[in-house]
Amino acid sequence: MTSSHPADAPGRVRRRKTSQLGDKIFFNAARGAGILLLVIMAAIAGFLAYRSALALSKNQGNFLTTFEWAPDAPKPVFGIAVLAFGTIVSAVIAMVIAVPVAIGIALFISHYAPRKIAQPFAYLVDLLAAVPSIVYGLWGALFLVPHLDGLTSWMDQYLGWTYVFDQTRAGTTPRTLFTVGILLAIMVLPIITAVTREVFRQVPRMHEEAALALGATRWEMIRTSVLPFGRPGIISASMLGLGRALGETIAVAVVLSSNSVLSLHLLDPGGGTFAQNIALKFNEAGSFGRDALMASGLVLFVITLLVNGAARMIVARRKEYSGANA
Amino acid sequence: MKLQRNGRSKALVVGAMALVSSLSLAACGSDDNTGGAGAAGTSAPAAAAIACGKAGALVAAGSTAQGNAIDVWKTNFGNACAGSSVNYSGGGSGAGVQQFTQGKVQFAGSDSALKPAEVDATKAVCTGGQGINLPLVAGLISIVFNVDGVDKLTLDGATTAKIFDSQITKWNDPAIAALNPGVNLPAADIQAFHRSDDSGTTDNLTKYFAKASGGAWSYPSSKTWAGKGGQSASGSAGLAAQVKQVKNSISYVELSFAQTNSLKSAAINTGASKPVEATADNAATTFAKAKIAGTGSDLALTLDYATKEEGSYPLVLVTYEIVCDKGNKADTLETLKSFLTYAASDGGQQAIGSTGYVPLPKELASKVQAVIPTLA
Amino acid sequence: MSAVTTTAASLPQLRRNLTTARLPKWSQAAVAAGSVALGCGIGAGFGLASHLQWGLIAAALFVIVSYALSARVEGRRQAKDRLATSVVWVAFVAAVVPLAALTFYTVQQGIAVVDANFLTHSMKGVLSAGPGGGIYHALIGTLQQVALATLIAAPLGLLTAVYLVEYGRGRLARTVTFFVDVMTGIPSIVAGLFVLSVWILGLGFSYSGFAGSLALAILMMPVVVRSTEEMLKLVPNELREASYALGVPRWKTILRIVIPTAIGGITTGVMLAVARITGETAPVLMLVFGADIINNNPFQDPQQSLPMYIWQQYAQVNNDFGYARAWGAALVLIAFVMGLNLIARGIARWRSPKTGH
Repeated sequence: MTSSHPADAPGRVRRRKTSQLGDKIFFNAARGAGILLLVIMAAIAGFLAYRSALALSKNQGNFLTTFEWAPDAPKPVFGIAVLAFGTIVSAVIAMVIAVPVAIGIALFISHYAPRKIAQPFAYLVDLLAAVPSIVYGLWGALFLVPHLDGLTSWMDQYLGWTYVFDQTRAGTTPRTLFTVGILLAIMVLPIITAVTREVFRQVPRMHEEAALALGATRWEMIRTSVLPFGRPGIISASMLGLGRALGETIAVAVVLSSNSVLSLHLLDPGGGTFAQNIALKFNEAGSFGRDALMASGLVLFVITLLVNGAARMIVARRKEYSGANA
Repeated sequence: MKLQRNGRSKALVVGAMALVSSLSLAACGSDDNTGGAGAAGTSAPAAAAIACGKAGALVAAGSTAQGNAIDVWKTNFGNACAGSSVNYSGGGSGAGVQQFTQGKVQFAGSDSALKPAEVDATKAVCTGGQGINLPLVAGLISIVFNVDGVDKLTLDGATTAKIFDSQITKWNDPAIAALNPGVNLPAADIQAFHRSDDSGTTDNLTKYFAKASGGAWSYPSSKTWAGKGGQSASGSAGLAAQVKQVKNSISYVELSFAQTNSLKSAAINTGASKPVEATADNAATTFAKAKIAGTGSDLALTLDYATKEEGSYPLVLVTYEIVCDKGNKADTLETLKSFLTYAASDGGQQAIGSTGYVPLPKELASKVQAVIPTLA
Repeated sequence: MSAVTTTAASLPQLRRNLTTARLPKWSQAAVAAGSVALGCGIGAGFGLASHLQWGLIAAALFVIVSYALSARVEGRRQAKDRLATSVVWVAFVAAVVPLAALTFYTVQQGIAVVDANFLTHSMKGVLSAGPGGGIYHALIGTLQQVALATLIAAPLGLLTAVYLVEYGRGRLARTVTFFVDVMTGIPSIVAGLFVLSVWILGLGFSYSGFAGSLALAILMMPVVVRSTEEMLKLVPNELREASYALGVPRWKTILRIVIPTAIGGITTGVMLAVARITGETAPVLMLVFGADIINNNPFQDPQQSLPMYIWQQYAQVNNDFGYARAWGAALVLIAFVMGLNLIARGIARWRSPKTGH
């Protein structure tokens, strides 16, 4: 900063000019970056939509209800029924397992564990959120699948009557949607835990102490002050995890024995997910087949978008809410 | 809330240091694997026979079925010809052909010959010429199985088709028992594995079913698996690994994958007096009878899946290397020719023969050898 | 935090005076040990093959026994509290087991493979069905691709965030914010498919490391924008106003005051984003083609990348030698990503806003 004397009028004018120029350049650079980002995004969305429309116009089957995926056949037939089912079922299994456990861990870290354990453990969980999915896939295929073998046949034996846990053919390796669900649960656990923990940490201490002062046990305190305050945070954390579970590609492709079957027998191999299907098929796909894959990618994109949007809305609402509290 | 402003440059320094230290790694790597324990020892005799052209880097893609063959060839070729390399990505036949017609690769490996439409598409890349099929890797699809107590298994077209279509679900099914008198078949469920990705191997298998299953396979032949039920895995290697791990399983892979994973292969009852074992010799008999369907320098073959000849294994496949007859990329043409010459030579064919492929019959090999020098 | 623990810890003392029946402190540990022993006993006794079942039985026993015991001795309210405590502990253990198994298994499998030779050699001339080879080419590929992606995404993301926080008021800003949100939702495989179709098949560029970088940059950009935005918002307005009051122009205020103040957080955000894209497999798989020789030029000819190398060794080689190489590469990849994370968190901690009221 050159110091300017009030009397030095011409200098001040010059400086204002250069600074205005600088401002202009900088503003335009920043705005340009924003616009570029918009353009990229619009290009992706437009391109996906365009190619999907091309593919859908020639589809001989029903895009929503067809099971097969044969876009490069002489009579192109492809549909997302199996993929949508598999994607949603595996993600739901993952959520059913991961969310309660994640809440448990978050409570453990924030309210139960001795501090000496809690801090490093929280760190560890954060680090695990960064383990690449291919490593989870490798571990899933070579470690988890063999170790789940006993459990699944046991579930078949004792819970087979539920239909869902019935194995139609004994002795199949559990490379199933159920296993995928468990693997996804393990993958999203660190993410959900990290966010939930942060939310629990923000619970106003006065609320907790008030509950304790009224003679509440620790659980009653958590139930009356921590959980109600944290509920929106838990939901949005779960949504974030769900978003990742829906889009997971490689880990699913490595573990799942895919097949164009739609079956509620979760312990039977078969099914597929959007992302896994793209990863498996894009290599052999012709240009039309790629368009079809893009159509499925677009559907996945839209689903993920809705989930993420819901999470954002919940978070936004919570912000106003806690703002009033603070 | 207050933010402190001091020490900001330190943060940058740490970040930059992490970047620099990781990039400084760039100075100490080596492509030379010949000294270590991992060197391919089998290459010594073959290496002498390789005539290296101008050094260059070939990029190729395609069939996974010939993956093991290309693996051997590129290793020997790379070791013999310093400076030359072959980069083969086994993404599948379809991917290979596509990348070839887009001019991304110098040659493609495909389990099926170019279709007329595809030949037209290649004309855009091959200036003044078109894509041709050179049969270079002959192989056979073996029906591999893993059943305790069963060392030898005989199947026929119809039974195999039914097994893979979940019409036969038990190993002691009468249909299997009838083909295997005296074999103690367990009462276990059959775990049939098929390819989850689209594949030329599936295409060849279903072509065989179409001819030899007597109608038991009701689907048209295609690269995409159409059968009912069963489990899946991606890639021939994936199938082989599953069969190795899972009891009472059955699947179909190229013989070299069966051999490298020491899996047992079923013999096929073709209607000849004796079931035909899945061996290279028996497949060679089938290849000797194959007719050349292509014209000019195109050497596409017609295979007889329904053969009933003695000692002629019906379930064969041939992988073509697809190149331009004219208009190959000038800077890599020399390298391409020397690589293909090596691959088609006796040395090259013998080298892959030992890993479970079928060396081309002399007559066919000499035709291929005659075409390669004419590439331009 | 500390206040909660002290209150919670002092609570039992208070209670002890009011109620008579109270389980001794060691009871929880004893129940845990007992149920683990019993779980293992049942598992072994009934010949259950999977150790998972042993664990599940032990966990169920632990929860049930501690509830029942407490309900008998201490009453229902306390029992419920015990139940919650034991469930939380079980959740903790249930999470630790797979995560520890993953880390331990990877290290155990990988450490045997990783040595100087493995780190400094490529796969050239190595039969995939045989032993040997290394990951050097993949390591170089990944480093270059990630560096290029960062070079594209970080400045763009940073500028966008500056625009949103410092200038953005109008409709454009709102649209950008919305689309950044949308962009965070792009599944990585879709980003790969997009670059493949446009850059390689549409515009006719060849497969190269740079093509992979483009897809990675698409994935990285929204993450950088988000984290940078958060950090810039944390910079107190007083700093900006003080700067304006001294007659410093806006752009200089941003460059010399705002960004330097938040640089720690921004660096952390960028590094976390880098760590995330380093492990991305799906888009890279479609775009860099894969190679087994060293290619130091990311703009030309196929390259290899670490995640793709792992995928190939698992899916295309799929034998014991392939698995070994895959584990080795996985260990290196994890170490790299976690290293980045640790550094990022270190910076975040060291530069974190010190709250001083």
